[in-house]
Amino acid sequence: MATKQRAASKTRVPFERYGLTDGQLVAIFRTMLLQRMLENRGFQLNRQGKIPFASASEGHEAVQAGAAMAFERGKDILVPYYRDLGLALGIGVTPYEVLLSLFARAADHSAGRQFPHHYASRRLGLHTISSVIAAQLPHAVGAAYALKQSGDGGRAVLTTFGDGATSEGEWHESLNFAAVHRLPVVFLCENNEWAISTPLDKQMGQPDIYKRAEGYGIPGIVVDGMDALTCYSAVRDALARARSGGGPSLVEAKCYRFLAHTTDDDDRAYRSREEVANRRKDDPVPRFEQLLLEYSILEGQDVEALKRGVLEEINEATDRAEAMPYPSPSHLYDGVCADRGEPWLG
Amino acid sequence: MAVVSTQSSVMNNVEAVRATLYEAMKNDDRTLILGEDVGARGNVFLITKDFINEFGPQRVIDTPIAEASIVGIAVGMAMEGLRPIAEIQFADFIYPSYNQIVGEAAKIRYRSNGEYTCPLVIRTPYGGGVRGALSHSVSVEALFYHVPGLKIVAPAFPADVKGLLNASIDDPDPVLFLEHKKTYRLIKGEVPNGHYTIPLGKANLLKEGSQLTVVSYGLYVHWALEAAISLEQEGLSVEVIDLRSIRPMDKAAILESVRKTRKLLIVHEDNKFGGIGAEISAMVAEEALFDLDAPIRRLAAPDVPAMGYAMPLEEEYMSSPGEMADAMREMVKF
Repeated sequence: MATKQRAASKTRVPFERYGLTDGQLVAIFRTMLLQRMLENRGFQLNRQGKIPFASASEGHEAVQAGAAMAFERGKDILVPYYRDLGLALGIGVTPYEVLLSLFARAADHSAGRQFPHHYASRRLGLHTISSVIAAQLPHAVGAAYALKQSGDGGRAVLTTFGDGATSEGEWHESLNFAAVHRLPVVFLCENNEWAISTPLDKQMGQPDIYKRAEGYGIPGIVVDGMDALTCYSAVRDALARARSGGGPSLVEAKCYRFLAHTTDDDDRAYRSREEVANRRKDDPVPRFEQLLLEYSILEGQDVEALKRGVLEEINEATDRAEAMPYPSPSHLYDGVCADRGEPWLG
Repeated sequence: MAVVSTQSSVMNNVEAVRATLYEAMKNDDRTLILGEDVGARGNVFLITKDFINEFGPQRVIDTPIAEASIVGIAVGMAMEGLRPIAEIQFADFIYPSYNQIVGEAAKIRYRSNGEYTCPLVIRTPYGGGVRGALSHSVSVEALFYHVPGLKIVAPAFPADVKGLLNASIDDPDPVLFLEHKKTYRLIKGEVPNGHYTIPLGKANLLKEGSQLTVVSYGLYVHWALEAAISLEQEGLSVEVIDLRSIRPMDKAAILESVRKTRKLLIVHEDNKFGGIGAEISAMVAEEALFDLDAPIRRLAAPDVPAMGYAMPLEEEYMSSPGEMADAMREMVKF
């Protein structure tokens, strides 16, 4: 009811407190659409037998697009995990680069060595991604230490992980060390409730991950991970705190994984269709679309044009990436070490 | 450390580590040391004593007891332009950091196609003969030498400690630097003054001989050398090679020597199965089988979990200079 009243008055009040321009709001929405449609493309290509594998992040669009808007490109460092397609897109990885990774082409960031969605770009401040859960957290802390050591304030590290990562020892070690040294790092948990097939209640006795922050003596914040704007503002505030010497924060965004873990997983084995359908009602992409329409940030035709544009960009990138060559077999031997890394000398 | 000339100083291995780390910290602000008790305590062997006063707690970091993140945080530092030297207090405690060393540090360059690199040194004291029991005595090199992207160094002499540690610090990729703790104060030698490096992967021919090649590293280099010298009185001529680096390893030096002596004995403190000697044996069998006059032999520890705390258990596990001399004698006479 209240929403309808605001809609009728066309006020922008709900957006003003976030300090985002209309252009930024549309950019967040576009990132969400790109993530959703690109991920769909990955699954399509897999089912067509064109690529061996793709992983899923559907349901994470709001937290990732929101966090990406808070990230300052050219200054901050992103240390993500492998379910961060939207974050990567939001900080500047292009759909073409994503498709190169899906197709495992030579021009991919890893030159076709890594799984899809394991990016690395120093230009974008985007660390190389591991598939080993929580392995990236100590790297984020070390990077934050380097930022602090440089005395070059105003920069921070954003690191992301799922609920599954919070069971790892390195998760604890990283938050603890960051707290001891008050490092400029934000720990963003994308809690989608599933560690592949293991639900939260088999992962932890206390399902509110943000509450653990108190144990480290750092701020813990929980947000609706299906709401791009609250995700944006929580990450923005945490990054601002980090950049200004206020130390680390733990932000928990409660979202949901709509698809199976990857193209190789079948989630019917461990959760009901009813559960998934029920959670779909809170899908962050139509939810944000609705919000932009209600407040006339976009009109219906704008949304359609945006979707068409995104699809065209993905189609064009798909064709372009598919036409690119595989790495040559000789590339297997390159770059082990600066000096070739042969085990024998002579 | 007594100065014997203007060109060199006499020091033991622990002093050589300390002096080299000190110079590295002095010469490059990007260098920092992190590990357990490296600050106020100055490391359990006093290697970094007073460093914290000179270089400050930001560059000499007392970490929580958390080995996985000691290495993992150092990886992140290295990726962002610092030159961390991580310390694992005893090699026996390195296991929690295995993923960060093997799964992360060693693969950063490769998996990012050179976009990121990991210039990191991980130092750790290893080895027995000090009544270290099950968890202060182990050799860990065989757990790591299988790993492409990682270099492993195990010097025996103070001058090599300095030259190889400098080379490790300068190296643009991760290096595991193994310091045999029994040699820390036992082994003294002249160390050239000033900065110098010894290339990783270069062995050192310690003693020339014509009837047998003995290849070793770490503490056992000293005992093998002692045994080889004692056998001269019996008219036996044994060549001794100190590997110094385990990965990369000096194939050329091993083959050149084996082709001359036609016999090979590998001596190491680590247990035998899947150890360094296995790879050397396989390489020599592949490359020089028909140059051999006797089967290759490995003198190594038994395949039990570790040496015991009780003296008889430690002695039974380790090879003595006398046992080494016996093995050498048998091989020469084969």
